[in-house]
Amino acid sequence: MAGAVPAQKQLGKRPASFYLLAAFFALFVAFLYGPMSAIYILSFQGPSGGLTFPMRGVSLHWFYALFEQQRTGDFAGAFSRSILLALIVLTLTVALSVLAGMAFRRRFSGATFVFYLAIASLIMPGILVGLGIGLTFQLFGIQTTWFTSALGAQLTWTLPFGLLIMFAVLSRFNRAFEEAGRDLGASNWQIFWMVVVPILLPGIIGVALFGFTLSYDEFPRTLLTAGAQNTLPMEIWGMTTNVTSPALYALGTVTTLVSFAAIALSLGSIALIQRRRARRPAPMEKSGPVA
Amino acid sequence: MALVLMLFFGIPLLVVVAFSFFDYDGISSNPAFVWDNYAELFSSHVTLSLYLKTLYFAAIVWAITLVVGFTVAYFLVFHVRSILWQMGLFLLCTVPFWTSNIIRMISWIPFLGRNGIFNQALVGAGIIDEPLEFLLFSDFAVIIAYVHLFTLFMIVPIFNSMARIDRALIEAARDGGSSGWRIIWDIVVPLSKTGIALGSIFVITLVMGDFFVVKVMSGSHSASVALAMSNQIAMVQYPPAAASAVILLVIVSLMVAAILRIVDVRKELAR
Repeated sequence: MAGAVPAQKQLGKRPASFYLLAAFFALFVAFLYGPMSAIYILSFQGPSGGLTFPMRGVSLHWFYALFEQQRTGDFAGAFSRSILLALIVLTLTVALSVLAGMAFRRRFSGATFVFYLAIASLIMPGILVGLGIGLTFQLFGIQTTWFTSALGAQLTWTLPFGLLIMFAVLSRFNRAFEEAGRDLGASNWQIFWMVVVPILLPGIIGVALFGFTLSYDEFPRTLLTAGAQNTLPMEIWGMTTNVTSPALYALGTVTTLVSFAAIALSLGSIALIQRRRARRPAPMEKSGPVA
Repeated sequence: MALVLMLFFGIPLLVVVAFSFFDYDGISSNPAFVWDNYAELFSSHVTLSLYLKTLYFAAIVWAITLVVGFTVAYFLVFHVRSILWQMGLFLLCTVPFWTSNIIRMISWIPFLGRNGIFNQALVGAGIIDEPLEFLLFSDFAVIIAYVHLFTLFMIVPIFNSMARIDRALIEAARDGGSSGWRIIWDIVVPLSKTGIALGSIFVITLVMGDFFVVKVMSGSHSASVALAMSNQIAMVQYPPAAASAVILLVIVSLMVAAILRIVDVRKELAR
């Protein structure tokens, strides 16, 4: 009884403040989603419709318009480049963040330096990173492309995020599991793959989600480093200044669908893992009731 | 990780610093070591007003996101009782932030415009006779967009540190006769200060380094430090842009250092 999940403890009457806060929360959610939904609705604008309401008919006209190269630029190319780049960033971010997270659990020489480097890189305004990488490549006479300079620029943004998430995840990780593994004779490699990674998997998926979406939507860093071939956010940016048709919104809808797909995929798998875990007695909680 | 960060962050940073000392004659930039770019930057009164404007945005947005973020996180952690609901609602808040910032920003345009939804609703409801002009392409629009884009960066860290607060503490306080406000002020706020600090760092640095929200949402009526810089870059004026980048970086770092001085984020994170 004492070890039950805290949130289920007392199911008494809800205080008045609950309803107040709930109303605030609902307002906030409306604030978040309201404008976005306007875009999605407007993207189905009829062929003669404009950038704002009212709707003049409902059609898929602007979605077709997206795929006509001459009208809206190289949408398909930018789209596939963005996805591919996001997948590369995801892989690198997960691998490097997990390793770095593990390394940070012990003091190593330069730990503080690497930590501050990561933090600095996280908070450095994106356009400065872009400027720096662009200038560096120019200085050494290397062509900037989306898969070299832009990849690096995006990693300076996703890696610190990954590291921070790993910190958060690892701080809740109970080392007793590792010790138990070691006592049972597991090698370091086995402990890592069979104990640490499975327990941390939801967090790792979270890192992957951040890696993908942050890269996929990344703009200020990529702007000066993508080189001749654009990624999708550049394409959208270009459209905000020179395309004044609902095709812009159609692109927004398509982009958001991809993000939603990525979110659904990762959250679905996290939920699946949690459900599998829920069937077993929960071992994760480090901060149980104080004895 | 350290290597990647050095390669794509450390070295470019040094290059920016180096470029900021390059000689710039209005057409081409030549390797040199001169203070001209900085001298020009400091002698221009545009610089000061740009920084004041940017700081003004940062302060307002910080205050709003802090209040909203704290309230939302508090509601989620302490008032939603089932874990399932908690996670569900938390995700509801976070999902938009995994989608494109640019798209989310331009989504305000049909909303706030002269014939936008908001104006139509107000006119329709008879609250106002004329559409409000100040909604779009103004400082108001810029702030709305910032809050819309960056509140998550406040919610998530605060939520994270609040979720780690031991419920027994709160019950003990309640048993001891504390009022709700005292519990929030004396227990919840101090124990979630890491989250507050992290969130503040995110929001402030994001606003300080932003250029595209200001550009689009203000309709070029307003400017920020980063926007001015990006304009210089667009005109291939690299050395002045680099000098301005260095100054911006110094200022942002000082702000972050100030926050870190108040709350040691690392100690809390690596607990």
